[in-house]
Amino acid sequence: METAFKPDESFRAPFHYGNSPAAIRRFPFPFDQDTFMYSVNVEPHLPGPGGSCYEFPIDIDEHYVAECREREIALATTTHRYLALPHMMAAQWDVLELITSHLSRDYPEHFELQRDGNRWRWINRPLGRDDTFTFGDPATLPQEPLEYITRQTQGDWCVLDQRNGNLWLDAGMVTTQADWSLNFDLGMNFREWHGPVPLAPELGVFDRALKLLMNLQLGNPVRRLNWTMTINPRFDTSPEQYPVWGPDRAGVTLDNVGDLAHLRVELQALWRLPRSNAIVFSIRGFLMSLREMVTIPKWGRRMHRVLRDLHPALVAYKGLGRYRDTALAWLADYDDGTATPPGTQPE
Amino acid sequence: MKTVDSIEVVVAAIEDVTPLIKRFTLRKISGGLLPPFSGGCHVTVVMRGGERTFRNPYSLLGSPRNLDSYEIAVRRDDQGRGGSLFMHQLVTVGTRLEISHPINLFPLSKLARKQILIAGGVGITPVLAMIDDLSAGPIDWELHYSFRGTEHACFGTWLSKRHGDRVRLYDTAAGQRIDFATLVGQQPLGTHLYVCGPSQMTVEAFESARAAGWPESHLHTEQFAPPPVGVAFEVHLAKSEQTVQVSAEQSLLEALEAAGIDAPYLCRSGACGRCELNVVELDGELIHNDHWLTAEDRISGRKIMPCVSRAKCKRLVLDW
Repeated sequence: METAFKPDESFRAPFHYGNSPAAIRRFPFPFDQDTFMYSVNVEPHLPGPGGSCYEFPIDIDEHYVAECREREIALATTTHRYLALPHMMAAQWDVLELITSHLSRDYPEHFELQRDGNRWRWINRPLGRDDTFTFGDPATLPQEPLEYITRQTQGDWCVLDQRNGNLWLDAGMVTTQADWSLNFDLGMNFREWHGPVPLAPELGVFDRALKLLMNLQLGNPVRRLNWTMTINPRFDTSPEQYPVWGPDRAGVTLDNVGDLAHLRVELQALWRLPRSNAIVFSIRGFLMSLREMVTIPKWGRRMHRVLRDLHPALVAYKGLGRYRDTALAWLADYDDGTATPPGTQPE
Repeated sequence: MKTVDSIEVVVAAIEDVTPLIKRFTLRKISGGLLPPFSGGCHVTVVMRGGERTFRNPYSLLGSPRNLDSYEIAVRRDDQGRGGSLFMHQLVTVGTRLEISHPINLFPLSKLARKQILIAGGVGITPVLAMIDDLSAGPIDWELHYSFRGTEHACFGTWLSKRHGDRVRLYDTAAGQRIDFATLVGQQPLGTHLYVCGPSQMTVEAFESARAAGWPESHLHTEQFAPPPVGVAFEVHLAKSEQTVQVSAEQSLLEALEAAGIDAPYLCRSGACGRCELNVVELDGELIHNDHWLTAEDRISGRKIMPCVSRAKCKRLVLDW
């Protein structure tokens, strides 16, 4: 797919963001039925249809250049967004190899990787980079390998060490998160960092998910979708920045909710890493306003029903309380009560 | 969940390491580099031998820095179920095999202050690649390797030449034994212990370490015990409504696979938990041979690990 980047987009005030009709159609709409509850919704991360956001293991879309710039702004204006414990260096190189080899293979018009033994040359045309370095020698890169390469990607990256029958969040680049903090969670294990999630522990979701991830195999990545809602097309909704984004929710009215309220979907993919035996967890966020969503009638109807019937604990956990009724009132005009066929596809 | 892809390899070299152990060098059929891996990894080798297909796990013993080829070592077991004989007798240079991506169920801890490796016999194989990883890093390590008779010392002598004092060799035929109590009694805090060898060796090493106050999280082992033979029984799959006969020398997992059922698996040794199946009904008893299920699971009689465990019954009904 020929991608026309939109470098002028802004994910902070003054906001400037929108999805092309093609981007709306490839949006990873997360609801395959009219209700939502947690499940171990993990599936093999297999290539999807051409043009879809699943076509390649690491997706690049029209927001790539702008999202990379957003990351630079977050790194320059806040602290503790990139963190890595010392024992994660082998895993850092694993992640650099994963990202550079996939992007150069899947988007040769944008990225090029030349490998001559440990001498690597990485060309990133959209960002205007051409770097030569020694694989395995951090001194040959401007930043640590994980920071260097994730500055050139969309979405957040967490690197999990596996030991003592658990997974440990020991490194990451997290600038586009839905209200959780890498600085707070660094060094926690799988159960600890999921501590705040309601209902799922009682459903046994985490026990099963941890078991599955501990056995994740090289060459067989998996994925799942997660979702929440965000006011404004804002990626940096970290707890540390709450004073900046929290008040947004108080300004939602029936007149502006269609443009302000965004469905935020995270395409989460997990790969086993070869040299470190660690796991990399990518959290790629996609944003779509309700007004964009209702251009796909099935999605508009379904969003209305999911939001209406959502469990109160999830309404609270996802922070939707202040504006859910307003969003429901707006969405009601797009729900004529007709049946929605099962599945997430637009029709 | 289905395994996406395996790797097609060709046997590039075969070498006698000891009278019982052969080393096989495997290269990608399509050429080029094999996937990177870490010390402690194994691959599952698929051997299609006439009526039976064997899937045996073998440790990768070559250097993780050499990705032109993988190396595995196979010890001939004349009383075994046939996989090792297949490798010894039917596989020649040029034979094509299918292998899984590397899997590491025996990884080195990244937080250890010191690493102590203990190997017995063919248990040295994963340790060879682990040593390759360790010798490239700053962490202190040592190997204690026990074998029976000088004709079986090949890997040990080679390691000794390369790594000097870090490698201690024990020839049990000459009455030399590892003194576990002394060994574990004089290590600095933060030392991790890795044992790969006969189960008696693991038990002895771990008991000594526990007696000396070592935490469980610092004790690591890997055992590739083949599924034991038993008596034949019938298994019925409730969801897919199929009935499968398990013969005496076949594992439950192998019987399912032979019937074309795509059951999940990973280690095939009862260690990883991937193949766990739920029992619906049983008119006898379960024979658990795995290291995965908890005592509670076993008492419940509701779970079975089909890669190594079986049933003593006429009919077992599984939720599959």
